[in-house]
Amino acid sequence: MPELTLSPEEWTAIRLSLRIAGLATLASLPLAILVAHWLARSRFRGKVLVDGLVHLPLVLPPVVTGYVLLVLFGRRGPVGAWLEQTFGLVLSFRWTGAALACAVMGFPLMVRAIRLAIEAIDPRLEQAAGTLGASPAWVFATVTLPLALPGIIAGAVLCFAKALGEFGATITFVSNIPGETQTIPAAIYAYTQIPGGDAGAFRLSIVAVIIALGALVVSEILARRSGTRAVPE
Amino acid sequence: MIRFACRLDRRDFRFDVAFEAESGITALFGPSGSGKTTAIRLLAGLEHAKQGRITLGETVLLDTARGIALPPHRRRIGLVFQDAQLLPHLDIRANLTYGRFFTPRAERRIAFEPVVEMLGIGHLLARRPDTLSGGERQRVAIGRALLASPQLLLMDEPLASLDAARKAEILPFIERLRDEFGVPIVYVSHAVEEVARLAARVIRLENGAVTAAGSPAEVLAPAALASMAERFDAVSVLSAPVRRYLPDYGVTLLDHPAGEIVVPGQIAASRGEVRIAIRATGVTLAVGRPSQISVRTILSGRITAIDRTESPFAMATLALPGGQTLKAYATRLSLDALGLDIGDEVQALIKSATIDERSLALLPPG
Repeated sequence: MPELTLSPEEWTAIRLSLRIAGLATLASLPLAILVAHWLARSRFRGKVLVDGLVHLPLVLPPVVTGYVLLVLFGRRGPVGAWLEQTFGLVLSFRWTGAALACAVMGFPLMVRAIRLAIEAIDPRLEQAAGTLGASPAWVFATVTLPLALPGIIAGAVLCFAKALGEFGATITFVSNIPGETQTIPAAIYAYTQIPGGDAGAFRLSIVAVIIALGALVVSEILARRSGTRAVPE
Repeated sequence: MIRFACRLDRRDFRFDVAFEAESGITALFGPSGSGKTTAIRLLAGLEHAKQGRITLGETVLLDTARGIALPPHRRRIGLVFQDAQLLPHLDIRANLTYGRFFTPRAERRIAFEPVVEMLGIGHLLARRPDTLSGGERQRVAIGRALLASPQLLLMDEPLASLDAARKAEILPFIERLRDEFGVPIVYVSHAVEEVARLAARVIRLENGAVTAAGSPAEVLAPAALASMAERFDAVSVLSAPVRRYLPDYGVTLLDHPAGEIVVPGQIAASRGEVRIAIRATGVTLAVGRPSQISVRTILSGRITAIDRTESPFAMATLALPGGQTLKAYATRLSLDALGLDIGDEVQALIKSATIDERSLALLPPG
């Protein structure tokens, strides 16, 4: 039976993972809602292309996504250099960069869940609100958002869980620096590369299972409170 | 005053409709697919016309020539959908006050309490839409539209999804709406009884075009009926004052110059004139006054026209004393067997049971 007490380094990895996943989820949520609403409710040329672009990280090898991020957001990349000059913001090899990688990887899952929820709303409900005097922005805030809430919660949880487990894109973009970019999966990977690291890998794996289960339970409770189920049966 | 003229081309449907509507209830009447709902959605701004102009009083809602198209939320037109469409995440009170919130204070003509009281929904305010019956939901939907103080109320087959008992429950509310709140109403329906009962003016649509417009009596029982379906749907509209109610039998007697009319249900004599719709297929013709028969409504009239076609049926038009006309649908065989022709005096027998509850209209006072 391996030792179950977590070491300080392991606690650091857990805290970092939660922080990265939390930031990735919260920062991408507003954009995901807008994109999902756009894809669900408007008809425009090139919708297939936008849809494909959003879903690309889902089917691309994560290492490729990480490499693209490195090329674009690295200190010498076009976006990365601009961010550093304008805002003094550096993403590569920082925990914020890990959050960016996780957000990109979780984005398609989040958009998909929210979009399905919005598409399930009868457009005539939104039209009814419109004929009662609500402008499109008010309709969105008072009808679409509340009715899509279970889907939004589901999308956020999926994104959070995906961010916790993200490995390939993160390690390619921001490497595996303990205390800065070493998340739970990266720490587990590091343990498996050293002799006698099995106990640490085991402990962190248990933590990963507990966090993932906890996230699902919390989302279910939230969704029940908002009236409908988050995870479609 | 509403002026509506819109054109629309879809792959399998062409819509080219122009009509005007005054205060009171204007009915858009026709079979499904005739363009009734399209007209309503154009009025509400939920559909876009290729070419068109819609004005409501002084307000231009749409003028494609001048590039004006007011969005739905700025038209101040209430819409009652066929299936209520209450907001499921809000309780009934919040549903009712939703439109009120967006109505500028100065334009809130219609107060909360009278509407809730009229519609009898006071006990539902704390409930959720999914716990209401279909009839209750539809009443709330009417109240919700009304409380936004609209300049015009659109009703898209508001009774179509309800059973007969619920229909009879809602109809009086729509009449009171017309009489008490003075909001002009455009009412879409394919049910001839509803139209005959409610409308001051009927616009008949077919295949995306207006085929007739006028009073219910003119449009619902026109002199010449084009299609077989229209013949079966033909309705005569008679109006007569209430004589008295017989409580033991649950029927009301009406005083028509052509004879006494017996209708089911209680109607207070104080309401004065009552309008009833009688289907041409529900009228039996007799020569001489029959006795020993269960039918109590026997109207005497004179045949002024017989419309014979290739089909087995013919339509006879009767002039009744007092100036109203009654249509009777019978086989050509029976007319010939009785030797009936234009100018003959006949008796028209109407079974009270064929007078639909919905066809009993109380005319607006005054």
